[in-house]
Amino acid sequence: MTTGRMSVRWRDDALPLALLGPAVLYLLLLIVLPMVQALVLAFQGDDGTFTLEHLRRMTGDVAFRDAIRNTLVLLILIVPAQIVLALVMALLVHSRIRGHEWFLYVYAIPLAISDLAAGILWLSVFTQNGYLNTVLQALGIIKEPIVYLSYENIAMVIGAIVIAESWRATALVLVILVAGLQLIPRDYFEAADLFGASRLRRTVHVVIPLLRPSLQSALIIRTIFAFTTFAAVFALAGRNLPVVAGEAYNWSVVARDPHVAAAYALVLLALAGAMTMVYLRVLGTSETQRAR
Amino acid sequence: MRGVSRSFGRTPALRTVDLDVHDGEFMVLLGPSGCGKTTLLRTIAGLERPDAGAIAIGGRDVTSLAPRDRNIAMVFQSYAVFPHMTVRANIGFGLRMRRTPKAEQARRVADAAALLGLEALLERFPGQLSGGQRQRVAVARAIVMDADVMLMDEPLSNLDALLRLQARADLKRLHGEVKRTTIYVTHDQVEAMSMGDRIAVMGDGVIVQCDLPMAVYDHPATQFVGGFIGSPPMNFVRGAMSDSAFVAEGVRLRLERPPRAGGEIVMGVRAEHLRIGAEGLPADVLVVEPLGSHALVTVRVGGVPVKIEAPVDIGLRPDERIHVAVDQARIRWMDAATGTAIR
Repeated sequence: MTTGRMSVRWRDDALPLALLGPAVLYLLLLIVLPMVQALVLAFQGDDGTFTLEHLRRMTGDVAFRDAIRNTLVLLILIVPAQIVLALVMALLVHSRIRGHEWFLYVYAIPLAISDLAAGILWLSVFTQNGYLNTVLQALGIIKEPIVYLSYENIAMVIGAIVIAESWRATALVLVILVAGLQLIPRDYFEAADLFGASRLRRTVHVVIPLLRPSLQSALIIRTIFAFTTFAAVFALAGRNLPVVAGEAYNWSVVARDPHVAAAYALVLLALAGAMTMVYLRVLGTSETQRAR
Repeated sequence: MRGVSRSFGRTPALRTVDLDVHDGEFMVLLGPSGCGKTTLLRTIAGLERPDAGAIAIGGRDVTSLAPRDRNIAMVFQSYAVFPHMTVRANIGFGLRMRRTPKAEQARRVADAAALLGLEALLERFPGQLSGGQRQRVAVARAIVMDADVMLMDEPLSNLDALLRLQARADLKRLHGEVKRTTIYVTHDQVEAMSMGDRIAVMGDGVIVQCDLPMAVYDHPATQFVGGFIGSPPMNFVRGAMSDSAFVAEGVRLRLERPPRAGGEIVMGVRAEHLRIGAEGLPADVLVVEPLGSHALVTVRVGGVPVKIEAPVDIGLRPDERIHVAVDQARIRWMDAATGTAIR
């Protein structure tokens, strides 16, 4: 009897652990372990002692300040644009205008393309003999092809990256927001309509506040992804536009110095962590304001 | 409302409904679930578009108007109180959307809050309120609007029994004070009887009967209405007339005033109009349910079970043979085929 009861209790305890196991293992092996390794790499000298030498090399590098600045500039340009764009698209998908069920599928197509492929795709648009110049020439708008992606014209390069990234990853934000919209009970929309809210005011006063938890998730995920962007940047700008993730890659693969690469990775971790804290603080919904 | 119809796919939810609600009246739409009462309310609100027919409020045709242009207010079954706004902001929501001057907003929100006893809760968020309090916020948000019509969709169905009783009385008192034209949807016939100035009983997408509560209770237009209104519902015995007597299986009741009808008919009689005594129709006791103020006795008359209201100290036991006398003046007759009343 006793053993029987004990085995039941053991099963009760074991099941949740067994279910959690794979996820914990995954996090340990692929997130925690590399993080610890990066931490060790960044601060470990050749003789195995603690050193700030790698950090010094990183901050002393010519590209360091540019990489941080460019990363933040891209972040500030891409994330808000994507959130606004995705919100408008999500509201369109969620509205019942004709063809709304197709929007989501069409919008989601770029999600299936890898970021490097997307970068190359947009490169073929913006390059000197690319589609954009061909079309503009054919229309007689320009006579000579324009060089868009030149280090002399960094604003244009950034613009191209913003377009490519927005095209590729807005759908990710969109999917989160559409899911969030579908969680809002229809009664709230109807109550807003009934009590005199126009479509715009309904969106501002009711829909967006109720969508806040989803907006918060979308912002955090999108921001972290924006920090790690570099495939599209490499494809469109090469090293004309250094970014933090790109520098980490460069130090690791080209310069073969994993210590400085790890230092860059820690910078990314710190930046992403700080931004996430800001979002949670600014956008966090208190317990009392949450829908039941 | 004139000839309002609405179908979902091939299922008709409303079939040419006509309804007149008077100014200041408390009209109850009553019916079982799926009878179309909520669809009718939502059509009045403009949340559903009728396939045919017209709706006018105070002589103004609103059929093609958006909900916000109809000058109506509504209390939702789920309350739909906005969780991200305080009680004060919730009550004032409609006024803000209509750009009412700030001072007037404040005054009217305070009035509505006082009317529903919410003054102390104005700065709270809905998540901090009980179900009953949230229900009152939903009512306050509607009442503050000075709308031409107040719509209520089962506003008490999410409250527990005791609270519902209290809220029912509160809503009735409130209507007495503000005299706002109200259309109230419920499936609870006790709510309908106790609150309505008139009751529109719906079944299968049509209004079967629309009359004063006691008229609906005393003179149900159909067998369906008699069976839906009243607790317990009306008793029905199916039979036929023979020589000024009603004859059914094991029943022969000589009538003082026989109905003018041939063929199969249904006798309808309420539990309180039957009396257990020394004479009348023979019956067997099935169940005795003491309910405090009275006892509900279920007996078998002929082939069918019949419920009788009896004194609580009647002292009967199952399988006892008794006799049931019928108050003949209160018998209602219906056509067995169509279910409609024979007058």
